[in-house]
Amino acid sequence: MSEEGTIKKLMYVNRKAPYGTIYALESLEVVLIGAAFDQQVSLAFVDDGVYQLARNQSTDGIGMKNFSPTYAALGDYDVRHIYVERESLETRGLTVEDLMPLTYEDEDDDWAEKDSLRVVDSRELAALMSEQDVVLSF
Amino acid sequence: MKFGILVNEGPYQHQASDSAYQFTRAALAAGHEVFRIFFYHDGVNNGTRLTVPPQDDRNVVDRWSELAQEHSLDLVLCVAAAQRRGLLDADEAKRHKKDADNIAPGFRISGLGQLIEAAIQSDRLVTFGD
Repeated sequence: MSEEGTIKKLMYVNRKAPYGTIYALESLEVVLIGAAFDQQVSLAFVDDGVYQLARNQSTDGIGMKNFSPTYAALGDYDVRHIYVERESLETRGLTVEDLMPLTYEDEDDDWAEKDSLRVVDSRELAALMSEQDVVLSF
Repeated sequence: MKFGILVNEGPYQHQASDSAYQFTRAALAAGHEVFRIFFYHDGVNNGTRLTVPPQDDRNVVDRWSELAQEHSLDLVLCVAAAQRRGLLDADEAKRHKKDADNIAPGFRISGLGQLIEAAIQSDRLVTFGD
C-alpha cells in the first residue's frame, strides 16, 4: 500500500450542526479539496450533522455565510454516496423530505441524474464505516 | 506502522493537542513511523510561537517544535484555517501585507491536500479533537 495511485475508501463523518461551530464548513472544504485525489469517497451525516443538509437554510439572522448550496454541487465533485443516519433524523423530528435533494450524473447511464443521498440505519452505517480505510470525523 | 495524525483543537483550551503529542511520542518510542501531523480547525493555534504559558505549565507549542526537530517530523498547518485565525509565516505575511509572522519552528503552512495525502499514505490516520 501507500504507493502512488493507491485508491482508498474514505468516509467523511459530519456530526455537527452547520452553524454554531466551524466544523461543518471546514469539513466541506476538506471534501472539495479531497475530490482532486480520486479516492472512493462517501459522506455520512449523523447527530446534529443531519441539519447540515436541511432545505431552505437562511443565515440572514446570524450574519454568517450560508454555505449550504455547496452540498448540491458535491455531485459535480464525484461525491455519489451520501448517507444520512435514520435515527438521527427521527430523534430530531426530521424526514428525508426536510433535506435538500442531492444528485449526481451517471456517465455510465447516459448522464442520468441519480440520488446521492441514502437514509441508512445505524447498523448499516456502522457496517459501512467498518469497510473504510479512512474515516475523517468532523 | 505508519501513522498520520490530525489535530483539530487548539492548545490549552482542549486536551486534543496534548493527547496527540503523547500518542505521537508513544508511537515513535515503539518504533512506528509518523508520516505527518496535520493541524486543522483551531488546531492551527498549536503552531504560533507567540504563546506565553505560565512557567509551571507545559509549553504545548515548544513541545511540538522540539519533537519535530528530534524526529524530523512534518508539522503542517492548514493554510485556509491558519489565515482565518491569524497564523502567518513570513511569505504569507508579506503576501497579505501584515506586519508580523508567528509560525513556531518546525511548523510549515500548506494546503488541505497534505491532509488527504497523509490519509492515503499512512496505514492509519488518527484524529484528535471533538
